Amino acid sequence: MFEGYKDLPEVPMTWDTTEVNKTGGWRTVKPVLDPEKCNKCYICWKFCPEVAIIVDDEQKEVPVIDYVHCKGCAICAEECPKKAIIMVSESIED
Amino acid sequence: MLAKKVITGNYASSYGAKLARVQVIAAYPITPQTSVVEKIADFVADGEMETQYVKVESEHSAMAACITASQTGARTFTATSAHGLTLMHEMLIWASGARTPVVMTNVNRAMAPPWSVWADHLDSVAQRDTGWIQYYCESVQEVLDTIITAYKVSEDREVLLPALLTLDAFYLSHTYETVDMPDQDKVDEFLPPFDPPYKLDVDDPHLFGSLSFPHQFYMEWRYQIKEAMGRARDKILQVDKEYEKIFGRSHGGLLDLYRCDDAEVVLVAAGTMASTIREVVDQYRNQGYKIGLARLRVFRPFPAQEMRELAKKVDVIGVLDRSYSFGYGGAFFAETGGSLYNIPEKPVLKNYVVGIGGRDVTPKTVEGIFNNAISLQEKGLDKEIEWIELKEGGK
Repeated sequence: MFEGYKDLPEVPMTWDTTEVNKTGGWRTVKPVLDPEKCNKCYICWKFCPEVAIIVDDEQKEVPVIDYVHCKGCAICAEECPKKAIIMVSESIED
Repeated sequence: MLAKKVITGNYASSYGAKLARVQVIAAYPITPQTSVVEKIADFVADGEMETQYVKVESEHSAMAACITASQTGARTFTATSAHGLTLMHEMLIWASGARTPVVMTNVNRAMAPPWSVWADHLDSVAQRDTGWIQYYCESVQEVLDTIITAYKVSEDREVLLPALLTLDAFYLSHTYETVDMPDQDKVDEFLPPFDPPYKLDVDDPHLFGSLSFPHQFYMEWRYQIKEAMGRARDKILQVDKEYEKIFGRSHGGLLDLYRCDDAEVVLVAAGTMASTIREVVDQYRNQGYKIGLARLRVFRPFPAQEMRELAKKVDVIGVLDRSYSFGYGGAFFAETGGSLYNIPEKPVLKNYVVGIGGRDVTPKTVEGIFNNAISLQEKGLDKEIEWIELKEGGK
C-alpha cells in the first residue's frame, strides 16, 4: 500500500495490527494443553507475552492456543499450576 | 499584567513546563539538573500544576516513559544531565524515530572520568546524530521562552521531532536572573493542546515501530526524519517571530548574530560564554576593531545557510568548542567547516577548544582568542585547532 516516503505516515507504523505478523513459524517447541488437567484458571493467558492464548469471557471453556502467533516461549507451561501444558518438539513433517 | 520573578535557569525550565501545561513528567535526579524536577514536584504538591509525575528508576526509563506517554497524545517533559543523557542514548533515537515531540532540559555537564559536574558540552554534542532538535541557551529568560516555543515547533505536524534545551551547568542552571513571566492565558492561546496525527489507542490499534525489512521502508522513514529536520529550520524562525509578536522577545532564531553587519572577524560560540563574548565585542568595537559574535543557538538543525551567509562577509571565523570530538576538532568547528567547504570564497577557519570541564571562560580568555583571530587576517592560519589556556607543565 506504500510505494515511497511521500506515501508513508510520519510515524513508522502500519494500518494493520500485530495480528498480521504470523510468528508461529519461529517455534521449535510447541505448547500442548491437556483439557483433562486444566482447571480454567487462565494463568497461562495472563502470562502469555504474545496474547496467543484465547479464552472466553465466561471462563467456562479451556483456553485455546493460537498456533499462528505462539512463538513457543514455554512461559505458559512454566506458569501452569496444574502442569496441564507440556512442550513438545516441532517436527519438520508437521 | 506582566509578572517578574527572580529565578534560576533550572527553575525557568520548571516554570516553562508548567506554563506549557505538560501532562506527563518523568523525574530522575542528577546534579546539576535535580532542582528542575524538584520544583515541578513542588508545583504538583501545592496543587499549582496538574500533571502525571512519574518517578522512574533510571534516565533510560525516564525517556521510555516520555516516549510512550507522548504516543498516547500527552505533552511530556523530563530533565537530565551528562551521564543521565548518555544513558538515554538508545531511547533518544527511539523518540525521534517514533516522531514523539518530547521536550527535555539537559544541563550541560562534563562526562567522567575524572568526575566533574561542571559546564562542558560533550554530553549533548555527543547526541547530535539522534534526530533531536538542540537549543543552546544563554540566559534564564531564554530557557523559559524556549521551553514554550520548543513545544510549538516540535508538535507541529510538519516537524514532529523531540527537542533538547541545554543550559551550562551552574553558569545558567543555578544563576538567578530576573525573568518576565508570560501570562498563562496568552501561553494557552499560543500553544494549544498537543494533538498527534496517530496515537496509541486501544480502540484503534495499529502496529507502531515494528519490523521493517530492507526492501520495505526503513530507509524512507529515516529520510522523512531528515526532511522534518529541514522543515524544523523554517519552523523555528517562524515560531520565534510569532512569539516575539505576542510576548515581545526573540532569542535570535538559529544563529544569533551580534554586531556582525560589518564584522571582519567573528567568533562562533554556544551557551553562556556568548554573554562574555558580547562584552568583549563591545570593548573591542569601542577601540575600532570590526568584530562580532555568531551565537550558535540551534545546533540541530545545523544553521548551514546562515553560516554560509556570514562566511561570505568575513575574513576570519573562530569556532569555540566547549567539548572535543576525538576525530577532527570540536563538533561545532567540524560542522561549520563542512557547511562552508562548497562555497567559493572561504574565510580563515580556526577552532578554539575552551572551557573544558567547566574551566572559566573569562573576558581575558576571550580577549586572547580575539587577538589571535584578528592576527590571522594578516598572517593567515597559524594552527587549525588550538586548546586555549591549557596548562602545559613538563618543566
